[in-house]
Amino acid sequence: MIATLNEVRLLSGRSLRHIPRIPEKVFGTLLMPLVFVLLFAYVFGSAIDVPGGGDYHEYLVSGIFAQAMIGTIPGIAVGVASDIRSGLMDRLRALPISRGSVVAGRTVAELVELIAGTLVTVACGLIVGWAPHGSVLETLGAFGLLIVMAFAVTWAGVWLGLMVRDPDGADGIAMSIIFPMMFLSGIFVPVGGLPDGLRQIAEWNPVTALATACRDLFGSPTGIVPDVWPLQHPILASLAWAAALLAIFVPLSVRRYRSLGY
Amino acid sequence: MNSYAVRTEALGRRFGDTDALRDLDLEVAPGTVLGLLGHNGAGKTTAVRILTTLLAPTSGRALVAGRDVATEPGAVRERIAVAGQEASLDERLTGRENLMLLGRLQKLPKRAAVSRCDELLERFGLTDAADRLLGTYSGGMRRRLDLAACLMVRRPVVFLDEPTTGLDPAARADMWGAIADLVTDGAALILTTQYLEEADRLADRIVVLSGGRTVAEGTPAELKRRVGDRRVHLTLDAFEEAARRLSRLEPEVDVRTRSLSVPAPGGPDDLRSMLDALDDLDVEEASLAQPTLDDAFFALTTA
Repeated sequence: MIATLNEVRLLSGRSLRHIPRIPEKVFGTLLMPLVFVLLFAYVFGSAIDVPGGGDYHEYLVSGIFAQAMIGTIPGIAVGVASDIRSGLMDRLRALPISRGSVVAGRTVAELVELIAGTLVTVACGLIVGWAPHGSVLETLGAFGLLIVMAFAVTWAGVWLGLMVRDPDGADGIAMSIIFPMMFLSGIFVPVGGLPDGLRQIAEWNPVTALATACRDLFGSPTGIVPDVWPLQHPILASLAWAAALLAIFVPLSVRRYRSLGY
Repeated sequence: MNSYAVRTEALGRRFGDTDALRDLDLEVAPGTVLGLLGHNGAGKTTAVRILTTLLAPTSGRALVAGRDVATEPGAVRERIAVAGQEASLDERLTGRENLMLLGRLQKLPKRAAVSRCDELLERFGLTDAADRLLGTYSGGMRRRLDLAACLMVRRPVVFLDEPTTGLDPAARADMWGAIADLVTDGAALILTTQYLEEADRLADRIVVLSGGRTVAEGTPAELKRRVGDRRVHLTLDAFEEAARRLSRLEPEVDVRTRSLSVPAPGGPDDLRSMLDALDDLDVEEASLAQPTLDDAFFALTTA
């Protein structure tokens, strides 16, 4: 167990060393939250009202937190696919190390990177007028929930990278998954105004549940919350989504990793 | 059976309807070098992937350092070192960071890893490049680092999959020196290559693979005897007359290219005497060549 933890530490350290060496990765991690907060707060936000009242900036920032969680999928899928392509994955698989540590190293590194990005969002949020209004416990709970969800989502990214094996292909597929998830959700706009069909998708989108849970815990305006179970119980729904993602993608990824050459 | 570093019995791997590898029988003693020689797609890499636990065999069995690759892959991994076909290291780490990562993952204590790393960087002439990103390395430097990475922890069985493919002749000669050093450490080495000359230089025994099957095996000297010797290639309009004059030497004639290929065991002397014999015939091109892998395959598969 200690040996495995040490392997994960070494391998996640390896991935983290990449960050300053890939300028576009620094951009993705640190500048994207800034761009999204400013774009939506001042450009689109000027035309958006929160139904039921409240400040749109406060509404928005929780959405940006939730968005960053699914934003990890392309990076991790591309990273895993690149390691397969370059042969490094084979080299690691031929070492006497624990089967899960290669993949776990990736997810841990991605989480560290995500936390850095979240801190940038917090700073941007504070500047545009967002603030946590809940108790300390609720505030910590919101960030805890975000990290749990992010951890679950990274496994979907790992699985995608293991399946596709081609970095460009993995990037394309990941992007075409996360874009609809981002925009068919309650991240940027309240879902109540969407046409039938799309509205139901947005209501059941895990990202909407996560954003709504954060708004509840930060005491931000939530808009008029639709009367559907996941949005009436957003914290529970987010945890359920995270559990479901882990239950599906951890075993799939581990099995896929083991059978890479088989 | 344990006295062999590697031993396989009728080892095979099928992908769908194709046999990537069929009935491979190997015996490699500790401290010796086995060359697996063949073209792309001959089954070399498949064999190495099975022996390094990356691919499951579909038939036969393989023991590496006395452990079965199918039932004890973990034990096999503790006894092998592998360098993949492309320098399979992390582009975005420095040379030193790559070596440290592999050493530390194999449970070398930090201080031991640092000194082993320095020693290997020095030995492979990479000390000056140690702190540059791998992405900036030349092909030859990459391969040397790859070899160094294999040696961070000493293992009784080492696999090198095409360690010099794509290198220029100078870099290849460098690698040969480094690989020869490695064997003096007492490890068994399995080396795949597309170059007969390389197998000749480095291997104690050679197994020639073609289409997944073993087509020949033996010491380099035995194989070369079967392949035949150097040949002179001549191109000229009067190729028929030339063939007549050299008929004693059993030339092969290619009408399409107006050329002949003549065995030349005597090397340059044979070339000179042939040119003398054809002095009045206006020879366009004349060259003396070692048997290529193609010649070898031709000789070995038709013998």
